[in-house]
Amino acid sequence: MEKVLPAKDRLLKSNKSGLNGELRGKMLVILCAIIMISATISITIFLGTKGMQSFTKNGISLIEFLTSTKWNPTDKASPMYGVLPFIFGSFAVTFLSALVAAPLGIGGAIFMTEIAPSWGKKILQPVVELLVGIPSVVYGFIGLSVLVPFIRENVGGLGFSLLAGTIVLSIMILPTITTIATDAMSSLPNHLREGSYALGATRWQTIRKVLVPAAMPSLLTAIILGMARAFGEALAVQMVIGNVRDLPSSILDASATLTTIITLNMGHTTYGSVENNTLWSMGLILLIMSFAFILLIRYLSSRRKLR
Amino acid sequence: MMTAVKERTQVDLTVQPTPIEVKSENIIAVRNLEIFYGDKRAVNGISLDIKKNSVTALIGPSGCGKSTFLRSINRMNDLIPGARAAGEIIYEDLNILSQDINVVALRKEIGMVFQKPNPFPKSIYENIAHGLKFAGIRKKTELDEIVEESLQKAALWDEVKDRLHKSALSLSGGQQQRLCIARSIAMKPTVILLDEPSSALDPISNAKVEELIIGLKKDYSIIIVTHNMQQAARISDKTAFFLNGDLIEYDNTKKLFTNPSVKKTEEYISGRFG
Repeated sequence: MEKVLPAKDRLLKSNKSGLNGELRGKMLVILCAIIMISATISITIFLGTKGMQSFTKNGISLIEFLTSTKWNPTDKASPMYGVLPFIFGSFAVTFLSALVAAPLGIGGAIFMTEIAPSWGKKILQPVVELLVGIPSVVYGFIGLSVLVPFIRENVGGLGFSLLAGTIVLSIMILPTITTIATDAMSSLPNHLREGSYALGATRWQTIRKVLVPAAMPSLLTAIILGMARAFGEALAVQMVIGNVRDLPSSILDASATLTTIITLNMGHTTYGSVENNTLWSMGLILLIMSFAFILLIRYLSSRRKLR
Repeated sequence: MMTAVKERTQVDLTVQPTPIEVKSENIIAVRNLEIFYGDKRAVNGISLDIKKNSVTALIGPSGCGKSTFLRSINRMNDLIPGARAAGEIIYEDLNILSQDINVVALRKEIGMVFQKPNPFPKSIYENIAHGLKFAGIRKKTELDEIVEESLQKAALWDEVKDRLHKSALSLSGGQQQRLCIARSIAMKPTVILLDEPSSALDPISNAKVEELIIGLKKDYSIIIVTHNMQQAARISDKTAFFLNGDLIEYDNTKKLFTNPSVKKTEEYISGRFG
């Protein structure tokens, strides 16, 4: 007869034999998590210290940096470091493109989920996926060769403008908003729809008064994620926005954003110079904004759980 | 097929000047009703009369067509792709299966409460005011009045009057279901369809809902689908037993449960299958 081991040899944790594989697996996933967390933390710390240098080491006033509209870092006599026009440009294209893309994206999502779930989804879904796959340089190239001349000839101005940047960004963030909004609408429980129809609501009343309000936190998340993408996009915007250092006075004026100034100037400034440091400060502003966007989304999804 | 339904309706109306007489004590007359999901026939040509101001229970095993039949009475099946109906459901003097029927107006007169309580993610007050706003009632005083009246009728007023503007989702399951009934009542319907309204509730909430249903029949005609035969026996005046899409027996509840005339019915109510 086979000898049965005593219980303490079979069941106690100190008996390692069965736990080795378990431990190895655990270590592996912990390692993955540590790499991700440390990458994020070190980028944040690096950007934080680098971005603060223009204020601590080079003595630029933070107030001037954020509120002055004069940007002329290369002037030998009196260089000026006001980035307000670029902050304004970033926010302007972000909000304007969200203003265009949000109704379109949510409308498309409603079309796919409520109006024509079968064929609408079959057509729109691949279209949206295709839009995601187009690289931003291609969007910029199309904007540069089609949109800019079109605006110059038909609307006015140089063509390089806030308007051009807004339109290009709207198309770029449309898939983000549409996809998340579609998920939000289709994950609404069907009994909400039935409850509304059973009360004698029309389809439009059901969509407007029951379904959209119920999906609202997720729809806002969709819009904010789209805005976060718009805020961070550099290449395509840079190709069509004109990149001037003045505050734009109309939507047809050329402008610049934080991202476009960074990409334009990082190549020809020397590492450690004042101008280079101010670019890092702009990067820090971008990082802070993306944290703000994430916090906003967190807040919205916590509200969603509450309901 | 939809056009075929329409044609058939028109033919019937022209061949017989008074096609089906709905006796004044009845509110709905069903004639040769067939319902299909795609190619599958879920209801096989049933006929029955629903009495006004009474509770009619539909019983039978799962998949027997009773819920399908219930959902056809206020055209909720229209929402299911591929579902279609033939035959007639005469409400007052109109075939409500006709393509000419405004289903939005129909659903205001024939309300429905579902198996799972489905309040909107809004306040208790808003849940009831919502349907009223759909119907075009906007005046605050009028809304307040109907909200209170409906909650009173649904025996929920005393429990929620101090928190009308709290989320409806903070209510218990039983309270949510009574809120859904109140929401339905607020539309001043003539018929209320209940699709297993208490199957998701605990026994005490269930008892409250049953008590409520019995109280409601003086103002409304009620048709209830239930899996619970004791429930059918307790609250209904007439009971219809469905099996595989056929209406096997339809009689006074007392008669059906004590002395059924069809063997299948007897087997079902005594628990031999289903």
